[in-house]
Amino acid sequence: MIPLLLILLPLAGALLAAAAPSDRTRPWFLPAVGVSHTGLSLHLLLHPPVVADGAWLGFDAVARAVLPVVSVLFLLCSLYGVPYLRARSERPNRVFVATLLAVIGLISAGLMARHLGVLWIATEGVTLAAVPLLHFNRTPRAFEATWKYLLVGGTGIALSLLGSFCLGYASLYGHGSGDLTFHALTAAGTDLSRPWLLIAWVLLLAGYGTKMGLAPMHTWKPDAYGEAPGLVGAILAGGVTTVAFVALLRVRSVLGAAGEGAVADLTLLCLGLFSLGVAALYLLGTRDFKRMLAYSSVEHMGILSLAAALGPAGIGAALFHVWTNSLTKGSLFLSAGNLRRSAGTASMDDVRGLSESAPRSTALFVAGLFAVTACPPFGIFFSELRILRAAMDGGHGFTAGAFLLGLLFAFFGLTRVVLGVAYGPPRRRPPTAGPRFVETAGVILPPLVLLGFSAWLGLSPPPLLEQIWSAAVTQLTSTP
Amino acid sequence: MNTSGLNLLIGLAMGLNLLALGSGRVSSLIRAVSFQGIALGAMPFLLSHEFSPWVTLVAIATIVGKGWVIPLLLGRAMRAAHIEREIDPLIGFVPSILLGAGGTIAAIALARSLPLRPEHAGTLLVPGAVASILTGFILLIGRNKALSQVCGYLILENGIYLFGLLLIHATPLLVEAGILLDVTVGVFVIGIIVDRIQRAFDTLDTRKLTVLRE
Repeated sequence: MIPLLLILLPLAGALLAAAAPSDRTRPWFLPAVGVSHTGLSLHLLLHPPVVADGAWLGFDAVARAVLPVVSVLFLLCSLYGVPYLRARSERPNRVFVATLLAVIGLISAGLMARHLGVLWIATEGVTLAAVPLLHFNRTPRAFEATWKYLLVGGTGIALSLLGSFCLGYASLYGHGSGDLTFHALTAAGTDLSRPWLLIAWVLLLAGYGTKMGLAPMHTWKPDAYGEAPGLVGAILAGGVTTVAFVALLRVRSVLGAAGEGAVADLTLLCLGLFSLGVAALYLLGTRDFKRMLAYSSVEHMGILSLAAALGPAGIGAALFHVWTNSLTKGSLFLSAGNLRRSAGTASMDDVRGLSESAPRSTALFVAGLFAVTACPPFGIFFSELRILRAAMDGGHGFTAGAFLLGLLFAFFGLTRVVLGVAYGPPRRRPPTAGPRFVETAGVILPPLVLLGFSAWLGLSPPPLLEQIWSAAVTQLTSTP
Repeated sequence: MNTSGLNLLIGLAMGLNLLALGSGRVSSLIRAVSFQGIALGAMPFLLSHEFSPWVTLVAIATIVGKGWVIPLLLGRAMRAAHIEREIDPLIGFVPSILLGAGGTIAAIALARSLPLRPEHAGTLLVPGAVASILTGFILLIGRNKALSQVCGYLILENGIYLFGLLLIHATPLLVEAGILLDVTVGVFVIGIIVDRIQRAFDTLDTRKLTVLRE
């Protein structure tokens, strides 16, 4: 029952927030749900419940390996949300608060889904619930970003439904009973019809890959992340992408059990390397520091996809990378949101010398830059090192080389933009920029704490986390 | 199972695909989508052997949703935005029809090479699904007006629904009903967005959505 609360509590909070009368007090629903959600998921992390094999939803080893970090990310974003929404008091926040809470509930459902249909419904729900969040600023640019998000994301979600049907038919053709839980599909093993299974994999990879933002299905990402408020970008980049990645991992385990793991790994590897390359090239060209974060997210999704192709060691490293990437990206998106509000724009053509107008946020942003480009002691360095080791041990020398080259170019691109906006003589603020931005503790501490967690994971990751990641790897790679 | 009746309806849906590809007036595109929705909604009755309340519910919900509610919303958006015709589409009407017809033939050939259970082997469900999905993609890529793209998305969804009919008895209907709800809500949201986009951009022309790029 407790695991279901992870879903029901935020949804109940969303209903209450939608019914709450005052715009001034409503944002407090966010941290209230954030605290209880994090408390629940940490409790479940320490005391994992027993999950029945046929359960449609459950806090299983895979959910246990990723859900806590999404909880922590949401908690800090919700704490950031209160001062953010107070600063944006000119906008009604009823829809924003309610849908943000619904998003975290549906993300929890997606991560705990052990049934193909439930997984799809949760992903579709997240996609739709995020629409009002992207659209919060109501500018023509936000309209454009939302339209593209909905069209590309909607098509992706449609393809993943078709893929789910094909996987269902693969099971039906192999005399399955129509049980679409991942447990039953994995148990069916080689009974699944091979042509239908491969068609299903291609469609599911395209569908959930769109939600993850793997190139070439990433086109919605820069627009959406560039125009959404910082905390929405943090939740999308750290939470929603995780749902899609976990979905792919679960489907991959079905292919592995059916003896088609090699095909799945090859496609994941190609798509991962392609995303890494595309992201590195766009990072060298972009001039907007929020769009830059979107390309950095495409890069890290590519890294996850590549790592997932490298066998059990790679999947373990990928789960570690989910944690480090979510925390670091969260910090970067929140500090970028601060800088965007301080400067009035996010283009490096108009912004310079932010270290003078917003010194603390700039310091956080620059520190986040080093964290995300894998400088020690931050977590991403260690998770990428582990992925590299998995590649070398598996005999993927070419992959390791291409991976390092992609990281190098991404480093050039990211430093070019970040250092360009951080230093130099400050520009005069445009008169349309609104009231001057004040760096209060409420908007500085959440990104700082997220960055601190990222460094902590790098310096001394708790042994418990190692255990839960390897338990998840066992669940994802076991063949009956 | 009434195979010949089912195939007749699927053939009708495939014909409506071609009609949708060739129509320059947005209103006739919406009408084609609406008829296709009604044809799809009738299919579960022909598929089932005996009366089943869940299947009936799915069928009625499909007819009401795809055949009536969504076309009504689209029509309202069309009148609000004063969009009558698709002008100067990216892929012309005649090339669209040729592509669609070629896709339909390819879909039939593809379906022959896929393993199907004996009860599905005689039906046009798989070719109909593939052809509708292709039609949806042609409209999504080849049309400029937001409303035409939404119609393309609907035809894409109809194709997926056709494929889902293969599984209507095997998967628990709870999932089916949930999926149907999601589809409807999805288009609902798209409809609202169209409404909003119309206020920001007068013409509903997605070619003008080009501020955000590198």
